[in-house]
Amino acid sequence: MSTASPALDHDHDHEHHGPARGLKRWLLTTNHKDIGTLYLLFSLAMFFVGGAMALVIRAELFQPGMQIVDPHFFNQMTTMHALIMVFGAVMPAFVGLANWLIPMMIGAPDMALPRMNNWSFWILPFAFTLLLSTLFIPGGGPAGGWTLYPPLVLQTGQAFPFVILAIHMMGVSSIMGAINVIATILNMRAPGMTLMKMPLFVWTWLITAFLLIAVMPVLAGAVTMLLTDKYFGTSFFNAAGGGDPVLFQHIFWFFGHPEVYIMILPAFGIISHIIPTFARKPLFGYASMVYATASIAFLSFIVWAHHMFTVGMPLAGILFFMYATMLIAVPTGVKVFNWVATMWRGSMTFETPMLFAIAFVILFTIGGFSGLMLSIAPADFQYHDTYFVVAHFHYVLVPGSVFSLMAAAYYWLPKWTGHMYNETLGKVHFWLSVIGVNILFFPQHFLGLAGMPRRIPDYALQFTQFNMISTVGAFIFGLSQLLFLYIVIQTIRGGAKATDQVWDGAKGLEWTLSSPPPYHTFTTAPEVK
Amino acid sequence: MTSSRILRGGGIALISALSAWSASAHADSIWNMTRGVTDISRNVYDLHMLILWICVFIGIGVFGVMFWSIYHHRKSRGAEPAQFHESTAVEVAWTVVPMVILISMAVPATQVLIRMADASEAELTIKVTGYQWLWQYEYLDEDVSFFSALSTPHDQIYGDAPKGEHYLLEVDNPLVVPVGTKIRFVFTSADVIHSWWVPALGWKQDTIPGFINENWTLIEKPGTYRGQCAELCGRGHAFMPIVVEAVSPAEFQEWLARMKGQDAPEAPTAQTDSPALTLAGDQPL
Amino acid sequence: MAASHAHDASAFTTDHYYVPHQSYWPIIASIGLFTMMLGAANWLNGGGVILFWIGVALILITMFGWFSTVIHESENGMYSAQMDRSFRLGMVWFIFSEVMFFAVFFGALFYARMYSVPWLGGETDHGLLTHGLLWPHYEAAWPTGGPERIGGFFAPMGPWGLPAINTLILLSSGVTITWAHWGLIEGNRAALIKGLAATVALGVLFLSLQGYEYVHAYRDLHLTPQSGIYGSTFYMLTGFHGLHVTIGVIILLVILFRSIAGHFTPQRHFAFEAAAWYWHFVDVVWLGLFVFVYWL
Ligand code: HEA
Ligand code: HEA
Ligand code: CUA
Ligand SMILES: [Cu+2]
Repeated sequence: MSTASPALDHDHDHEHHGPARGLKRWLLTTNHKDIGTLYLLFSLAMFFVGGAMALVIRAELFQPGMQIVDPHFFNQMTTMHALIMVFGAVMPAFVGLANWLIPMMIGAPDMALPRMNNWSFWILPFAFTLLLSTLFIPGGGPAGGWTLYPPLVLQTGQAFPFVILAIHMMGVSSIMGAINVIATILNMRAPGMTLMKMPLFVWTWLITAFLLIAVMPVLAGAVTMLLTDKYFGTSFFNAAGGGDPVLFQHIFWFFGHPEVYIMILPAFGIISHIIPTFARKPLFGYASMVYATASIAFLSFIVWAHHMFTVGMPLAGILFFMYATMLIAVPTGVKVFNWVATMWRGSMTFETPMLFAIAFVILFTIGGFSGLMLSIAPADFQYHDTYFVVAHFHYVLVPGSVFSLMAAAYYWLPKWTGHMYNETLGKVHFWLSVIGVNILFFPQHFLGLAGMPRRIPDYALQFTQFNMISTVGAFIFGLSQLLFLYIVIQTIRGGAKATDQVWDGAKGLEWTLSSPPPYHTFTTAPEVK
Repeated sequence: MTSSRILRGGGIALISALSAWSASAHADSIWNMTRGVTDISRNVYDLHMLILWICVFIGIGVFGVMFWSIYHHRKSRGAEPAQFHESTAVEVAWTVVPMVILISMAVPATQVLIRMADASEAELTIKVTGYQWLWQYEYLDEDVSFFSALSTPHDQIYGDAPKGEHYLLEVDNPLVVPVGTKIRFVFTSADVIHSWWVPALGWKQDTIPGFINENWTLIEKPGTYRGQCAELCGRGHAFMPIVVEAVSPAEFQEWLARMKGQDAPEAPTAQTDSPALTLAGDQPL
Repeated sequence: MAASHAHDASAFTTDHYYVPHQSYWPIIASIGLFTMMLGAANWLNGGGVILFWIGVALILITMFGWFSTVIHESENGMYSAQMDRSFRLGMVWFIFSEVMFFAVFFGALFYARMYSVPWLGGETDHGLLTHGLLWPHYEAAWPTGGPERIGGFFAPMGPWGLPAINTLILLSSGVTITWAHWGLIEGNRAALIKGLAATVALGVLFLSLQGYEYVHAYRDLHLTPQSGIYGSTFYMLTGFHGLHVTIGVIILLVILFRSIAGHFTPQRHFAFEAAAWYWHFVDVVWLGLFVFVYWL
């Protein structure tokens, strides 16, 4: 234990064993569990903000004609919805899980760089304040889509520098968070916790963190060039000066494609914990899971231009990016098959986390299939920029990433809080969500195939029925998330006492701790055999 | 526990919805991609159906195994967990088989792509320029040029009048082209990126300011084909449709002769009575 | 050198992983960053610049305070060998993120030279139409201000004047910092301090020459960031590089003062090494710049 003499410890007033009281606990904390909680609560709040914007979109699209908002405001909602969901809800939620779980899973006392950890988190609320404040300034927020394509995005008014600088702040936060994760995993494992013994959530996060450090600076560079093009007269994206608007797209998607895997790899990790627990059977193909994750990460760097099949690339380029993109189906398939094989001849029960995990496997795969269809370039000439694409990415992101987060919340909440959640309510929430989400996004496939472009506030009459169905689904799905909020609050405040292991099939170091775990855990490293 | 039964039911419903969707796809319908009116568009449609079916079958296989397992390997049915956790043979198989399936998709896709890339030997070249928020068409060797903007009245958009049949898919000056003729399009933009898309032709092409893209078509059937701008281009993005009128070569020549007599095109700013522009109201952009 | 706290071969006082208690610095840093960004946005929108500088000041105060805390902890032997590894990993991956940041601008440069400019000038199928229909008078060459020469005529910056001298300066600064490192490892404090001082001096000299070069570019060559894609890439790359040299010089200055204060031991001097890594990184980026921006 600590050999540092108390005389050298200048922070006398804080005990080693418990948190500080009041607001200071949260503002000044260096504790991975506190910071994890902050991240998770922040992301939940952002999920509701981003979701409310999605409901504005869906409400306007309920019927043809302009009803509720102005087209320009509609575009702001689309743009902000995506930025907030991606950078404010899904990414921070995974970082929150990483904070809570990685030290507990590898037997470390905390994250490797605890003060920087606090900084990574506290940048975020400020960054999103900056971003959201643009809705209230003259000319409104950014309206060029989350992809920020020039020259359109350069028409943004006073909001422009706010958006760019907010993105810079999110980038700084993500990079520091990722550095922390890598340092923790590589340096803080308990004796005996070799790399190939690490739980899969840890593995997927290690690879995700690498992706983050590799691509967040790329986004930073891209938006910096937007900034100088607008304010300092540079010509990166201006043909008259020798640049090219398409250059931005290449850079953006060099970030953007790995980014979508940043939002799914940790989800794969979560699912790889939950399915074995409730199948009461070890994960099938652990090693191939690790290699598949690494292959997906590698491939993610060489497929970016599948978002740009229609910009007029040379044939050879299109072919290369088409083949490379199709290849991703192979390692992803390995993962899906491994999950199914894990269930095979298990002894399954279907508590809420498992329900979400099963729905994840099915619905993510459907999203993956539509992704594969999009990767076929000649067909993408039709699909591109239609609701087929919107359906694709919401299937992988909502019943994909978001469901994995819900599953994780139900799965680990008893560990975190020491209380069991209400299983009946959990199941109700699951069924409302899974039904709602399909009513919401399945019809969008048809809309896209029938020819409805994305990012439009008004549409031709033949698209009416499916849009109505979709909007109804959106409100079912959205309102059911209020139930989730209720369940989480209820569980934090009380409930049946959770055992240490919580689930009878659960394996791993985090389940050896008490529920809730003490404020500081593993100050002496456990022995892993 | 009933939840697993419901889950299974839900899965089956989903799968049957999926196959119903593809089964009903043989006619042009609001359920599926159009077959279009060109050779290329039919190639694209066939490719789309091929991948769709492959995915449906893989899905039925994977989910079938999964639901079987969910049903039979439940604790409530007294299932005892096995302890196996790897099998090299199986893992190799499910790496190699998808590879083979992918190759079988990549081959036809490549063929179609190569065909689409060949814009040579066109008999007519039309230059398309995107503007916020209308299109300009120039018949390059014919000295014909005009703008084409949304013609749906403002009242219909704002619910003050009943919406017409081609609500938002109608323009003042449609693009007129001859059938049975290979037509080359060259695309550019005057401001931001737009994307010119008529589903019946089987493709869309972005218009990049400062650069030229090209594409081509050969329409077989006379008719009116409608499309829209497919790249977010600001406030009026939903309001810059495309209407192509494909007519017989003789009619086309007639039309061309009539158009040649007309004045040079007005500047787009003069089109202030276009609903797309008045939509902007007094707001900037 | 300061008395070593060594009690084992690793020369670290403790094998306990020190998890710092609550700290004010991160939240102050967040507020500082926010103020700075808000100020910058305001500034770009034509507003005042005071807020921006307040933010910068807050960040500087944070850096001073945070680093002091860390130095204090380090000097009091609270860090173990394992913590040292965490710091190293942190620095390595931070530098990797910087590499990716510069890669973007190099990527933009290569794209412009290999694709967009040749296309505008009519090369390849794609370029033929673009050139013929839109820019028939444009002759592609490098350097270029683009078809419309947005920023007017300019002369490019040749490699063999100041840039070559600057290359020599940075290369020798790589040598002097290695000299300092040797001094540190061998317990030769004079060499350490002289080597560091020389490195700082070379860094400052580099920056002054770079500043002079900018004045020359603006005044005599008429080369500005508005000078088409050449000016854009030139200023973006050299500008961000210069910023990094500035940061490097500040870091080295801190290390110099700490060396004078006797903070480092031959076994234990992570801060020095981190600074050296950073300096070498800045050095390597310059070589890329010299070759691709000035020379080829
Ligand atoms: C979590 C996020 C996520 C994930 C995981 C994916 C996964 C994939 N995506 Fe998706 N994608 C997005 C998020 C995501 N995507 C977003 C946000 C956009 C739009 C951005 C924007 O424009 O705003 C987008 C857009 C997008 C496009 C551009 C469409 C367009 O604009 O025209 C393409 C094109 O290729 C594509 C392809 C793929 C592919 C091939 C996968 C693959 O990884 C899928 C692999 C999975 C499977 C295939 C299923 C499981 C496999 C098996 C069961 C094995 C057997 C299968 C076969 C052999 C067929 N995606
Ligand atoms: C992780 C990312 C993520 C997530 C979780 C979501 C979630 C949702 N998205 Fe999102 N979406 C994107 C990422 C995401 N989206 C991206 C990247 C784009 C592209 C943007 C672009 O084109 O630039 C996009 C675009 C997009 C569009 C297309 C817009 C357009 O093209 O114009 C639509 C339309 O239906 C939509 C809908 C929804 C809905 C209904 C949800 C729902 O799942 C949301 C559910 C959540 C809630 C609804 C919140 C919870 C409930 C409340 C707040 C209660 C509110 C109170 C009352 C109802 C009274 N999204
Ligand atoms: Cu033009 Cu969208
Ligand atoms: Cu992608």
